[in-house]
Amino acid sequence: MTAVQHLKRLTAGLALLGLAAHASAQVQVTDAWVRATVSGQPSSGAFMTLTADSDSKLVSVATPVAKDVQIHEMSMKDDVMRMGPVDSVALPAGKAVKLDPNGYHVMLMGLTGQIKEGEQVPLTVTVETANGEKQVIQVQAPVRGLDGMEHMDHGKMH
Amino acid sequence: MSIRRQAGVTQDAPLMSTLFTRRTVLSGMGLLGLGLLSGCDSSPRLNFKYGKDLSDKIMGRTFKLKNTEGETVTLSSYRGLMPVVFFGFTQCPAVCPTTLARAAQAKKLMGRDGEIMQVIFITLDPERDTPEILDRYVKAFDPSFEALYGTPEEVAVAAKEFGIFYEKIPAGDTYTLSHTATSFVFDTRGNLRLGLQASLTAKECAEDLLTVMEVC
Repeated sequence: MTAVQHLKRLTAGLALLGLAAHASAQVQVTDAWVRATVSGQPSSGAFMTLTADSDSKLVSVATPVAKDVQIHEMSMKDDVMRMGPVDSVALPAGKAVKLDPNGYHVMLMGLTGQIKEGEQVPLTVTVETANGEKQVIQVQAPVRGLDGMEHMDHGKMH
Repeated sequence: MSIRRQAGVTQDAPLMSTLFTRRTVLSGMGLLGLGLLSGCDSSPRLNFKYGKDLSDKIMGRTFKLKNTEGETVTLSSYRGLMPVVFFGFTQCPAVCPTTLARAAQAKKLMGRDGEIMQVIFITLDPERDTPEILDRYVKAFDPSFEALYGTPEEVAVAAKEFGIFYEKIPAGDTYTLSHTATSFVFDTRGNLRLGLQASLTAKECAEDLLTVMEVC
């Protein structure tokens, strides 16, 4: 582990402590993960669940492993998958909003290298509240296999 | 037995009889709940529980593309196998990896019957998907999977053959793709049989794929 990674982890830890200390804190990021790539593959996706305690929106995500990070929306109609960038994702108060392979997701484009299963990818998530206040959350997202691992077909198998 | 079958009879005969035997045993044991197989199902339509019956559709018969070794392939290259054709691109974050992972899982669920299932991933993004990346990508899901590519024009012809919709969507200084997410399944004689929607689970796909295998 590099010094930078240590620092990032420490920052994330402090951020969590900060959240605990201030009950008024706004957004929680859980179940974050990034899909592994094969070598030469220039982009991947990041997924997570965001829960805001007041009406907010996800405005951006950044990571040192990709040159360009965008938020995309995927939708299915008549078995045609439609994809495109969006400016933000609404986070209504108290509602767990999932960024998963069936809807919104974070596109990591222009990857600086292969993303390998088992690694951690640092993500900086920026959320804006209804009154324009910004919150920055540091997340260490574990890398899952190309198949998204055990979460395949989750919910439909049971 | 149809006329177009005749050329392949000698080659395919041992494989077909092996499969028939295996399936008879399996259904006899009632393991798959498929009911009794009294012989080849020559009916023009099949009853699928989840997917769409495409038995009466004339689609995808004349595609001509290259595999990642650079060899030219057509549908007849897969005679004796059950081709499952899916169009996508490797920079696809959601539906493509999900569909390929589902296919790998369905193949496993089918056990030995899954051996004749041949997943064929056709890139809709030949400008960015090199044969090397394509090969590594599909084989990360299952070593038996194959990827096909062509010039943008050749890919457009193949996509049209299957009624695939696709378009580039600008994304920053690059692009992403919207595209049809259906998997197309042929029987071992090269007749189109089944369309599997992206919403189906691996288990549902496996059940319908076994129904395709009842046709011999």
